[in-house]
Amino acid sequence: MAISREDVEYVAALARLELTEQETQEYTEQLNSILDYAAMLEQLDTDNVRPTAHAVPLHNVLRKDQVNESIPREKALRNAPDADEGFFRVPKIV
Amino acid sequence: MSVVEKSVSELHELLVHRDVSSTELTKAYIDRIHSADPDLQAYLTILEDQALAQAAEFDRKIAQGEDIGTLGGIPMALKDNMCTEGVRTSCASKMLDNFIPPYNATVTDRLRAAGTILLGKLNMDEFAMGSSTENSNFAKTRNPWNLECVPGGSSGGSAVSVAADEAAFTLGSDTGGSIRQPAAFCGVVGMKPTYGAVSRFGLVAYASSLDQIGPLTKTVRDNALVMNAIAGHDLKDSTSVPYEKPDYTKFLVNDIKGLKIGIPREYYGEGIDSDVAKGIQAGIQTLIDLGAEVEECSLPHTEYAIPSYYLIATAEASSNLARYDGVRYGYRAEAADVLGMFKTTRAKGFGPEVKRRIMLGTYALSSGYYDAYYLKAQKVRTLIKQDFDKAFEKYDVLLSPTAPTPAFKFGEKSANPLAMYLSDVTTVPVNLAGIPAISIPAGFVNGLPIGMQLMGKAFAEGTLYRIAYTFEQNTNYHTLKPNLGEVLARGNR
Amino acid sequence: MVIADKYEMVCGLEVHVELQTKTKIFCGCTTEFGGEQNTHVCPVCLGLPGTLPVLNREVVNYAIKAGLALNCEIAEFSKFDRKNYFYPDLTKDYQTSQFDLPICGKGGLEIEVDGEKKWIGITRAHMEEDAGKLVHSGETITTSYESSVDYNRAGVPLLEIVSEPDMRSIPEVLAYLEQLVQILEYTEVSDCRMEQGSVRFDVNVSLRPIGATTFGIRTETKNLNSFSSVRRCLEYEVARQARVLDAGENVVQETRTWDEGKGITLTLRSKEEAHDYRYFPEPDLAPLVIDQEWVEGIRKTLPELPVARRARLQGLGLSAYDAGVITSGKAMADYFDTALSYYSDAKTLANWVMGDVTRLLNSNQCSVADSPISAKQLAELLELIDKGTISGKIAKSVLEEMYSTGKDAKIIVKEKGLAQISDEGALLGIIDSIIAANPQSVEDYRAGKDRAIGFLVGQIMKATKGQANPGLVNQLLKQKLS
Ligand SMILES: [Mg+2]
Ligand SMILES: [Zn+2]
Repeated sequence: MAISREDVEYVAALARLELTEQETQEYTEQLNSILDYAAMLEQLDTDNVRPTAHAVPLHNVLRKDQVNESIPREKALRNAPDADEGFFRVPKIV
Repeated sequence: MSVVEKSVSELHELLVHRDVSSTELTKAYIDRIHSADPDLQAYLTILEDQALAQAAEFDRKIAQGEDIGTLGGIPMALKDNMCTEGVRTSCASKMLDNFIPPYNATVTDRLRAAGTILLGKLNMDEFAMGSSTENSNFAKTRNPWNLECVPGGSSGGSAVSVAADEAAFTLGSDTGGSIRQPAAFCGVVGMKPTYGAVSRFGLVAYASSLDQIGPLTKTVRDNALVMNAIAGHDLKDSTSVPYEKPDYTKFLVNDIKGLKIGIPREYYGEGIDSDVAKGIQAGIQTLIDLGAEVEECSLPHTEYAIPSYYLIATAEASSNLARYDGVRYGYRAEAADVLGMFKTTRAKGFGPEVKRRIMLGTYALSSGYYDAYYLKAQKVRTLIKQDFDKAFEKYDVLLSPTAPTPAFKFGEKSANPLAMYLSDVTTVPVNLAGIPAISIPAGFVNGLPIGMQLMGKAFAEGTLYRIAYTFEQNTNYHTLKPNLGEVLARGNR
Repeated sequence: MVIADKYEMVCGLEVHVELQTKTKIFCGCTTEFGGEQNTHVCPVCLGLPGTLPVLNREVVNYAIKAGLALNCEIAEFSKFDRKNYFYPDLTKDYQTSQFDLPICGKGGLEIEVDGEKKWIGITRAHMEEDAGKLVHSGETITTSYESSVDYNRAGVPLLEIVSEPDMRSIPEVLAYLEQLVQILEYTEVSDCRMEQGSVRFDVNVSLRPIGATTFGIRTETKNLNSFSSVRRCLEYEVARQARVLDAGENVVQETRTWDEGKGITLTLRSKEEAHDYRYFPEPDLAPLVIDQEWVEGIRKTLPELPVARRARLQGLGLSAYDAGVITSGKAMADYFDTALSYYSDAKTLANWVMGDVTRLLNSNQCSVADSPISAKQLAELLELIDKGTISGKIAKSVLEEMYSTGKDAKIIVKEKGLAQISDEGALLGIIDSIIAANPQSVEDYRAGKDRAIGFLVGQIMKATKGQANPGLVNQLLKQKLS
């Protein structure tokens, strides 16, 4: 299951990563070698195996519907690269 | 013997008897950091003023006769992926270079409540992705046993600062070996607790279902003491297990007679350095001599752990690291529109290994590949877990080398990501299964420490401590120190 | 619906409804509407590095309750998943939602259009978190040079209810929506304040030639927030798709946006832009195991739902129309039922509630829930009419007085001396004087002109300022004149 250059470009677009030409080439090669290695998983018959999403099985971990104080706005905005009038600001969307 | 070389339990005695004040102790560590760290580069942030203020506060309390607890007044440091309110938490990434959390991680709160003094924040592989700390965007942490060698990773700074007496103890995080492997490379004790034993709240996520915080210490006793302070249920972490936390020091008995130890043969396959294997063999003999029953056993799916781990970890990481988009915090690259800003911010803010893992993880989850990669890996995870369950029906613990080799040279593996990944073969199965494992000093190869890994059933940290403690009491590896003469001399000039 | 005798419309809806919890789905921040921007936020709902979600129990309870009211199967095992996509209103650049194991499975509800009943299937309903709000510098998203983000709404719990593509006309769609919103209001799962965006609709619609059995290519128009927008959007989209098909072209499968001002839909996402959400199980949240006990406990709290309520009221003699009006909102229906517990003539009660009471409330822009006249007070007023203490006409003015003063009917009647004059002696005196003053009318009556008596009664009522008991006046007058 070789990964093509187009696959790498598609994945980079999904992950919002601007790749240089060199990175695209490098990642194509490296992902191929890693995925070649991972192909060994195909040897295992896992048809009747349930997947493990959580290492420790817990369920119904719930909290009460009780209001906790929010943080002051200046604290919320303190790390923002661009904030104005109490808002986070971003460049135009489209 | 300088005060900074002492163990936490020794320091506690000194503090209790007022032979030393926390301020004196904190100053001694800060002096040590100033002289050792220019070469070792374990610290990313040094909190000199804050630490001294905390120490002074502690000294006032002890003067008033307040109960100081077992960790009160002890200077320590945290890996830089654990949030500290008001103190930069960078994950060694350009992305979070200027990030100052408005809140504390649960471990930060608990250690503060225990009265410890926070000396600073420690270097690591960027976002905990790596096995050598070479992926830090900020510093090159060196192995104090050999400055040409890596300290291991990703908790390199956490291991080095303990080994070089720049902190009495530290916390690291372990997703695929990131506490145990650097502990082994630097000759200290490192515990990866059971998944769910220590709260992850405030630990910047790499791979949520695998990440776990744990202590790096000079001795097994110290490790149990720190676990006493940080472990236990936390309502802020839905994956935290509501179990009855024991007093881990109760397990520190010098006796392992009758305990059954399994030696999984798959951990001694190709790639294991023969000297490391010999060293571990000698350690096994010591345990046999002390009365343990040792037997070879099999964990048949071990070879599938690496691909399974790298698919699951990177898939989760690709999602966990999506939030670094330049909107709410951290680095932002200017661009004409939001899409451009996202892409450029992430291209410039992340280092190459992080991007590589995001790419791999995104691919493993993407439409058409989910079943073949991510789901398959999760199923294999079940098989690996079952291997352990089966083995633990027969054995109290399993034993292996912590890492296939001693610390390697800088640049030796960084050119080939797959080769770097393969070196995690002995540590990642533990994270997939969610079980605890400890690495303890078990000898030297070419002047570099090696670690012995003990793996236990879920929540059987106590059994690991018992064997580790008995081994420690009957060996002297943990008392040996790297020769820092030149390092300190250079730093003091 | 048949469009130009050629096409049939096929429509399915996704409805996002804000659940009425006090706090957000994964943190303790308030869900209150209308706070200053970025003041209802904390490290968790801002998605700060290291933070973790903890599920609000009440969200699960509400989801189960809604599911039961919508006849859905409640899953025994359910889990959360991450839906991965980048957008500045998402604090983690993924939405915590449910993918393959939603809390509510198949269900549905019955609608009625032009007397025809029809079952509309519900595919599923799942819990998820809301996103923040973007404010654009320009008129629209496309003409802005920058946008501002407010995360107060980020993390507010939503239930996304997905219908089957069972609707075939705009009236069916509107009936489904009205029915759905009514049920959600009745169960108090949501306040359904559409003007505050607490219910939002995604409309999936396609056309197919009449008689065809397979579906055509559909479009999805996202984020409509009123019934009238849904109606206008469907009218536009159906006409647009018909034109495309008439031209022999294919409809493009795409996501569109609704321009409220222009009344048109526009392409939102171009096709080449991938939306590959890479769902996977949320590792930070434990799954849900919902046992019978939990479900039954919630079932007990379910109120009588609109359909059952309408049937009961019709059983009490109300017309289908009246029963529909009374049950159109839970507040009105509850008001009616409370009054009914004090006053048993349902028909009369319905006339008053739908008539004078509603008129009074409307002219004062007051909701039933906030009515200054309690249901019990209304019942007491109607009792006074039945007992003959006051006339129906006087009762109307008493009602107005009750509205403005909040006083009980009895007190107003007493204070203002509005009780009917039913004292024969007093009335006979007045009758005599009216007879004496109007000989012509008396003569006319005796000559067989029945209408003349009406005039005389009117004069008596006038003389008593309307307080004379009209029945008694009639009776006494006839006796006098015979
Ligand atoms: Mg949704
Ligand atoms: Zn919050």
